[in-house]
Amino acid sequence: MQINTNSEKPIFLQIAEGLEDAILSGAFTEESQIPSITEISVNYKINPATALKGINMLADAGIVYKKRGLGMFVTTGAVEKLKDKRKQLFYQNFIEGLIAEAKRLQISKSEIQAMIEGGFEE
Amino acid sequence: MSIEVKNITKHYGKTCALNNVSLTFADNKIYGLLGRNGAGKSTLLNIISNRIFADSGTISIDGMPALENDAAIGRLYAMGEKTYYPESMRIKEVFKWTKLFYPQFDDAFARSLAEQFGLKLNKKIKSLSTGYLTIFKLVVALSVNTPYILLDEPVLGLDANNRDLFYRILLEKYSNNPFTIIISTHLIEEVANLIEDVVIIKEGQIICSEAREQLLANSYSVAGSAIAVDAYTAGKKLLGCEMLTGLKTAYIMGQPDCVTAGELEFAKIDLQKLFIQLTNA
Repeated sequence: MQINTNSEKPIFLQIAEGLEDAILSGAFTEESQIPSITEISVNYKINPATALKGINMLADAGIVYKKRGLGMFVTTGAVEKLKDKRKQLFYQNFIEGLIAEAKRLQISKSEIQAMIEGGFEE
Repeated sequence: MSIEVKNITKHYGKTCALNNVSLTFADNKIYGLLGRNGAGKSTLLNIISNRIFADSGTISIDGMPALENDAAIGRLYAMGEKTYYPESMRIKEVFKWTKLFYPQFDDAFARSLAEQFGLKLNKKIKSLSTGYLTIFKLVVALSVNTPYILLDEPVLGLDANNRDLFYRILLEKYSNNPFTIIISTHLIEEVANLIEDVVIIKEGQIICSEAREQLLANSYSVAGSAIAVDAYTAGKKLLGCEMLTGLKTAYIMGQPDCVTAGELEFAKIDLQKLFIQLTNA
């Protein structure tokens, strides 16, 4: 998990997305424990309130839950939930930018389609 | 529970170091006290900790007047550039004496910090290098367990590894058991994400005292051709700008207009850049 302090993206959001990525990649499996506020805060040298804000985003979305006295754990079904969410954001995160850049460079729709097909064959 | 600074004014001869300064340091927050050389940061911290006295104004700590009041002053520990311990005292003796003045001083924690930093307890204060003198003071400051800790240039002379270690220890301690920390430093980038509130002091006056997130959310930069940028910035609260042959970057307070994107590039400003723009002469 990398935090880029020069990024336009707020740090709490980067924390949330970094943990999401780790859950999607299987680094944190369902029902396993994620790092504590203190660990995240110390490791990235950020205010604990920022780390808390990031983790709360995941808790509010039902991706992680609190076990009293133990810490935060990945919810069963979190991976499916995250995949759904990321799929919904796929168009806006990737396709919109792709089309905008293609228009700037005057790359046609059929050229892009060919590129995508080529990419899948690799 | 807070430190209240009310209408503090301080002159050194004819120079006005602090001009009618009022602000509050709330409990359990990490503050960044930022200012250029000679802005009045150390004067403010020294007045809060009763090391020097204001010409006028009052300081109260948790509702108690701080002036010559042991009960109030005992609630804070100030680490500064000066060393107030006898030069020939050994570090382990300092620990022993500190415990007498600060009953919450954690000797075992201090010893473990000393070990992590490689600070030898048998050394005399006068034999410490600049870096180790800072480390020694930090070890004491992090072990006294007062509700308020004032750190004036806490990383002076520390190498990158020891600065990293200091920030880690500070955050771990704070995260497990919050207290108020006021950090005055010139290394803004290093503390930018650590602090919750920012206090900026310029020529003896507080020009900003708010949550870091809020401060940063209320400023942005816009870059593009000088003509386009000038047209955009007209009528806006301009902090400053930079030119690079025909290309201009302007720093602005407020929220960007959502229109006219195209040829203009909007970005957020980091704390150090914003500080420079706010405190430029």
